[in-house]
Amino acid sequence: MITLLEADIKDQLNDIFSRYNGNKEELIPILQEAQEQFRYLPSEVMLEIADFLKVPPSTVFGVSTFYAQFKLTPSGRSTVRVCRGTACHVRGVSRILDEVQKQLGIKPGETTADLEYSLETIACFGSCALAPVMVVDDNVYGRMTPTKAKEILGDTKEVGQ
Amino acid sequence: MTFEDIRAKAISEWEALEHSDKPCILIGAATCGQAAGALPVLEAINAELVRHNIDAIVAQVGCIGLCYAEPLVDIIKPNRPRTCYSNVTPELVPQLIQDCIIDDNPHPDLALGTIGDDSIDGIPKLFELPMLKPQERIALRNCGFIDPENINHYIANNGYDGLVRALKMTPEQVIEEIKKSGLRGRGGAGFPTGLKWEYCRKSPGTEKYIVCNADEGDPGAFMNRSLLEGDPHAVLEGMLIGAYAIGAMEGYIYIRAEYPLAIERLNTALKQMEDYGLVGNNILDSNFSFHIKLKQGAGAFVCGEETALMASIEGKRGMPRPRPPFPARAGLWNKPTNINNVGTWGHVSAIMKYGSDWYAKYGSEKSKGTKVFALAGKINRTGLIEVPMGIPLHEIIFDIGGGIPDGKRFKAVQTGGPSGGCLPTSHLNLPVDYESLAEAGSIMGSGGMVVMDEDTCMVDVARYFLSFTQSESCGKCVPCRLGTKQMLDILDNICNGKGKLEDIDLLLELSEAVKAGSLCGLGQTAPNPVLTTLRYFRDEYEAHINEKRCPSLACTQLITYYIPADKCQGCGICLRSCPSEAITGGKRLVHIIDQSKCNKCGTCLDVCPSRFGAVVKVSGEEISVPSEPIPVIAVKRNKGASDKPSTGEA
Repeated sequence: MITLLEADIKDQLNDIFSRYNGNKEELIPILQEAQEQFRYLPSEVMLEIADFLKVPPSTVFGVSTFYAQFKLTPSGRSTVRVCRGTACHVRGVSRILDEVQKQLGIKPGETTADLEYSLETIACFGSCALAPVMVVDDNVYGRMTPTKAKEILGDTKEVGQ
Repeated sequence: MTFEDIRAKAISEWEALEHSDKPCILIGAATCGQAAGALPVLEAINAELVRHNIDAIVAQVGCIGLCYAEPLVDIIKPNRPRTCYSNVTPELVPQLIQDCIIDDNPHPDLALGTIGDDSIDGIPKLFELPMLKPQERIALRNCGFIDPENINHYIANNGYDGLVRALKMTPEQVIEEIKKSGLRGRGGAGFPTGLKWEYCRKSPGTEKYIVCNADEGDPGAFMNRSLLEGDPHAVLEGMLIGAYAIGAMEGYIYIRAEYPLAIERLNTALKQMEDYGLVGNNILDSNFSFHIKLKQGAGAFVCGEETALMASIEGKRGMPRPRPPFPARAGLWNKPTNINNVGTWGHVSAIMKYGSDWYAKYGSEKSKGTKVFALAGKINRTGLIEVPMGIPLHEIIFDIGGGIPDGKRFKAVQTGGPSGGCLPTSHLNLPVDYESLAEAGSIMGSGGMVVMDEDTCMVDVARYFLSFTQSESCGKCVPCRLGTKQMLDILDNICNGKGKLEDIDLLLELSEAVKAGSLCGLGQTAPNPVLTTLRYFRDEYEAHINEKRCPSLACTQLITYYIPADKCQGCGICLRSCPSEAITGGKRLVHIIDQSKCNKCGTCLDVCPSRFGAVVKVSGEEISVPSEPIPVIAVKRNKGASDKPSTGEA
């Protein structure tokens, strides 16, 4: 578990802020950089960003909850993404998603209690020729079957341990 | 350096590559190529070249669109035409290098086709292949041929000539030229591009913006990604031309964060443009100045809608607002703004180079030019294609796409993503243009085309799209926020066997209300998948509701897998593969699926040897199986029949 000290947060944020002018239109890119840095958006970070842009915290919170990219809770060390694009759907990705949920014991948008895995569904990877597609971190797995999903997660789980 | 100097330098660099005495290897390494394994192939190529101490040029190119054949590697050898090899694996690389480069064997058995005028015996010409022959490549003219990270390649292939031509004309003349070409918005709605530019040009104000919409959110669509990854300058040149015509000094590219490679290539392209004075102040020493900024989306489908997109650029929640005022009058920061899709900008640069008359020769009367489609789903040759408007659907699906795999029957083609509809067999002759598709209840859309076969349940497809639009609804207006939720609930019920007869009328009524009452395009078009499936596949809805049966055997709540006792050979393959451990049995015992444990994943059906055909999927039928595993031999004796295993009948 990462513990963030207030001073650490300020240091790291100041580094990000130094690349911006403090205009309101910079909110989304700053949130993106902050999330990259902290792996999610802790409330302390959002408050600092509100200060920097001179906007109410509610504005920052409103934007960070609107966009799917932003996470308000820590995500896992590995992210499993299951494509729910049309081609994947037609080729039976829901069977894959069921199996992944069963293996990890979490639903899309959730993270395992040990912070190892997060599960996400995404609209489309654009790798429709390989449908159905599942991505674990940077590894793309095409032409998936439930059995293959079980094997892959079994493997990575062991590697992770 | 004048543009003439730049061009001369670029052409000599390109010709040196084409006529090099060194062999040249080009590998398709767009995102899809990479997903198919292009990078390990590239590594293997480099390693093999080092091993043999071969001095060769190796470059990454964009996607030529033959996704089904990825990874693709092109080899150019002096005095031999460029030859394209498909499905290359790292294991195949040593053989390719040895035979094709060191020896002089072009390997017709591995080659997909040759590119250029010359040919090789036994290898077809790439552009004579059934998938490529009917295509006309305008937006994709350079994709897969040039190195997208090298501006000189683009310039040597007539790049930025369109801009040079535009700068010699007045902005009004440029607009006139675009109007004459008949170009309409390639984002899907099909508004005439020239007219849109004219409104924006005539809007009062000196501070104007243009925006390139690269927030390609439709599932099943990857046209914009491929174009930006394969030929970013074609889009950027289009934006420059548009900015000059409209009088804009600043432009934004709003691109999904999910497209990191496209973002990287755009950034590279913009830097190269700066170096050549093609962006910034006084472009090519003219009075025209233009700056381009990149804005990354943050994962909201609704931001493809223009007013939501602008809110997002301004750093706000990406929620749409009512129009009018239209962006041409009050867009970004309330200034006149012109938004076009990536594809539209890609066409603009070609039109300005080759002229409106040339462009208008392609396509149908009201839909000029070509359109890029992403072909996916239950089709043999998946990929990215560019065809003249007006081409009949069957030509795309059967000639270009090679028809349906595994001998299955075609059921429907879905165009336009979540805003579009599903068209049945009776519409296969439909010409693909804006009007015909709209009349049939679908839309052109951004270009996703997903083919469905007899195993696809149309009610489930409608539910799928509704669940997408419902979760992407921004929540601002009630008809979209609540209407799509109600529709989804009804569709869920129908798919789960809990549908009621009156649900169909209720769906129709809700569809009309959501269409008429929603604020933006997302809600207004969300009912289309439901309406078209109800229009063309009503019998499937009725089977789900009246008989609790899914005719396509797709809706998991309505299907049952079972093992007929007379077919099972007791081999145990299904038992070992079942992820739910729902199968009982033993060696030479008839296996039984415990329906209370079965999660209907279908693995048993996949793994059961086809010569046994002992796993059967049914819907709405009574099944009869033994209550516990019994010896296979007992069943055979009871039947008093032959030992011949029967073939499947599922």
